Amino acid sequence: MDSPSHLAEILAAHAGREGALLPILHDVQAAFGCVTGEAEAAIAEALNLSRAEVHGVVSFYHDFRETADPRPHLQICRAEACQARGVEALMAAAQQAAGTRVALEAVYCLGLCAAGPAARVVGADVGEALHARLDAGSLTRLIEGL
Amino acid sequence: MRVRISNDAVAMACGGEAVAAAFAAAGCAVERVSGWGMHWLEPLVEIEGAKGWTGFGPVAPGDVPAILAGTSALGIGAVAEHPFITAQTRLTFMRAGRIRPLSLDDYAGTGGWQGLARARSLAPAEVVAAVIQSGLRGRGGAGFPAGIKWQKVANAFGGSAAGARKFIVCNADEGDSGTFADRMVMEGDPFALIEGMAIAAHAVGAGAGYIYLRSEYPHAIATMRAAIALAAERIAPFSVELRVGAGAYVCGEETALLNSIEGKRGVVRAKPPLPALQGLFGCPTVVNNVLTLAAVSHILREGGAADYAALGVGRSKGTMPVQLGGNIARGGLVEVPFGITLGELIHDFGGGTASGRPVKAAQVGGPLGAYMPPDQFHLPLDYEAFTAADALIGHAGVVVFDDTADMGRLARFAMEFCAVESCGKCTPCRIGSTRGVELIDRIRAGSTVDALASQPQIRNAPKAAPSRAADIALLEDLCDTMRGASLCALGGFTPYPVLSALKHWPEDFGGDFGA
Ligand SMILES: Cc1cc2nc3c(=O)[nH]c(=O)nc-3n(C[C@H](O)[C@H](O)[C@H](O)COP(=O)(O)O)c2cc1C
Ligand code: SF4
Ligand code: FES
Repeated sequence: MDSPSHLAEILAAHAGREGALLPILHDVQAAFGCVTGEAEAAIAEALNLSRAEVHGVVSFYHDFRETADPRPHLQICRAEACQARGVEALMAAAQQAAGTRVALEAVYCLGLCAAGPAARVVGADVGEALHARLDAGSLTRLIEGL
Repeated sequence: MRVRISNDAVAMACGGEAVAAAFAAAGCAVERVSGWGMHWLEPLVEIEGAKGWTGFGPVAPGDVPAILAGTSALGIGAVAEHPFITAQTRLTFMRAGRIRPLSLDDYAGTGGWQGLARARSLAPAEVVAAVIQSGLRGRGGAGFPAGIKWQKVANAFGGSAAGARKFIVCNADEGDSGTFADRMVMEGDPFALIEGMAIAAHAVGAGAGYIYLRSEYPHAIATMRAAIALAAERIAPFSVELRVGAGAYVCGEETALLNSIEGKRGVVRAKPPLPALQGLFGCPTVVNNVLTLAAVSHILREGGAADYAALGVGRSKGTMPVQLGGNIARGGLVEVPFGITLGELIHDFGGGTASGRPVKAAQVGGPLGAYMPPDQFHLPLDYEAFTAADALIGHAGVVVFDDTADMGRLARFAMEFCAVESCGKCTPCRIGSTRGVELIDRIRAGSTVDALASQPQIRNAPKAAPSRAADIALLEDLCDTMRGASLCALGGFTPYPVLSALKHWPEDFGGDFGA
C-alpha cells in the first residue's frame, strides 16, 4: 500500500479547512478501508490534535473501522418499518448465505421504509447501492452476487 | 416516445435503472424526474401520449413491451389526477414528480428563486416577520417556531453583525426510522432547500451554511453535491458546503451535529448556551431541518406566509409532509394540512396494511415516538394534541404494524436502540437503556431469578424470584428516571415507545399478565 504518500495527499487536500477531521476520516476510510493507528497519528499531527482526540472520534462513529475488512459489506435495515415488513424472518437465511464470506451489518433506516426490507451495499456505486422489497430469495441472490 | 422515470432512491432500489434501460433500448427518450412519493408503485413510469401523460407501476423491465403496445394492465391514468395526489395539499412537495431535480430551468420555471428574490428585496427583519407570521414550526422533531429561532440569531451581538460570523446549518441527518421526506426533498427538489438556506442567511446575516447529510443516503449526497455546485452563483455571496455524517443517530441532535461538523465526537452539549447564540465554532447558528428550510422558499413568495398560516389547526400551522411506511398498502409521502386524523392517514391514504391483516399499532415520530393502538387513531395531527396524549409527531413518520407484531419485542428494541446509539454523556441513558433491555428480557421470560444476583457474593440482592408486578414497577421507575434525568431526547423519549407498548399490549410481555 502506498499509504504514506496517498495519506499526505488527502491531508493536503483538506489543509486549512475548518472542522476537517470527519471529511479526512471519510477519505482515509474510502482509500484504505480503515483508519489505522499510523493514520491517526499522521492526521493528529496535521490538525494539531492529540492522537487520543483523533482516536476518540474514529471509535465514536459506526462508519470508521480500525482494521480493514476486505470482505463485501451489506447493511440490512433492522429498524421498525422494516421489522413491520418482516426483515427479522429473513435473517437466518441471510446469515446462511453470507457465511464468513460477506459481512452483514445492521443499519437503522435507509429511507426506503414503505418498500422494506431494505439493504445497502457499502462502497458500491450509487446506482447499485440500494435494494428494496427484499424477500428470502432476492436477499440470498443479492448476498451471493456480492 | 417520451418516458419519465423517477430517480428517487426508492425507484432505484426497486430496479428503476433496469426499467429505464429497457425503455431506452426500445427507442424511447427517457427523462429522469423526481419521485411522486407513491412508493408502492415504484418504479413508476409515465408515458407521453396524445392525451397527456399516463402512469404505470410498479414496472419491471419485462412489462415494457406491453406498456408500449398499450396492452399493459399496470396503468393508473394521469398520475397528477390520482386520488392519492389530488387529496393532498402539496407546498413543500409541489414539484415532486414534475421536474428534473438538477435542472435549473425546471426549477426557475416552477416558481423557483422567487422566494429568495423577494426576501432579498426585503429588510432582514421583514423576512423574519414573514416566517413568524406563517406560523412555521421546526419539522425536525421539537416543533420550535422557526421565526423565533431566526430572530434570536439575527439579534445576536445586539443585532450588529459587523464582522461577526454566523452560520445556517441544515439538519439532514434524518435518522428516524420510518422517515424519508428529507431524502425526497434532497433527491427531488434540491434547489428548494438551497433557496431556503439562502433566505435564512439573508434574514439572520449569515455568510456560510452547512448541510449535514447522513452517509446512509448515497443518492441524496450525489444530488445535493451537484445542486450546490450548480446553484453557487445564484446564492452568492452566501455559500453552502455539504458534510457527510458517519453513521451515528445521535448526530441528528442539533448540538451533537454541530460537534460532528467541528470534527469532534458527536456528543450532546448542555444547553444553555443555545446554538442560536453559541453554535457552530462558537458562533450564532440557525439549525433547521430540511423540511423547515424547504418550506421557507415557498413561504417567502408573494402571499406565501398568509397562505401557509391559513392552513392547519390551533398552533400547528401549514402543512406537514407525513411519511407512511412499514406494513402499509399504499406507502409514501402525504403532505396535508395539520388536523387530519391518524386513521385517515393510515386507512384513506394508506389503504390499511400491506399484508391485508388488521392494523395493530402505529408508531408515530420515529424510534422515540409512542406506539399508538387503533383506538387512538381519531387523534388529529397537531403538536399539542399529540403531546397531551403522551405521543410525538416528531418528523411525522408513521410506521404501521399488523396483528402479528410482538409489541414486547418492539419495546425491547427501543431500549436496545437507545443503548446502541447513546452518546454516553449521561448515566440514565447510557446505563439505563442497557438495564432496560435486561429487565424487559426478564419480564418476558417470566421474571425469573437473575443469575448474577443469585451469586452469594452479591449479598444485598434479593434471592427470591421477583414478582412480575415488581419488575414492571421497576421498569416504570427506570423509564421515569430516563425521562426526567436525560440530557437529550434520546434517553428522555425512549420511555415513550416502551411504556406505550406496555400499557396497551401487556399480553405481549409474556408471563401471567392478568395477575
Ligand atoms: C436523538 C435526537 C435525534 C434527532 N435527529 C434529528 C434528525 O435526524 N433531523 C432533524 O432535523 N432533527 C433531529 N433532531 C432534532 C434536532 O435536535 C433539532 O431540534 C432540529 O434539528 C431543529 O430544527 P427544526 O427546528 O427545523 O426542527 C433530533 C433530536 C434528538 C434528541
Ligand atoms: S440522553 Fe443519551 S444521547 Fe442524550 S445526551 Fe444523554 S447520553 Fe447522550
Ligand atoms: S426502516 Fe428500514 S428503510 Fe426505513
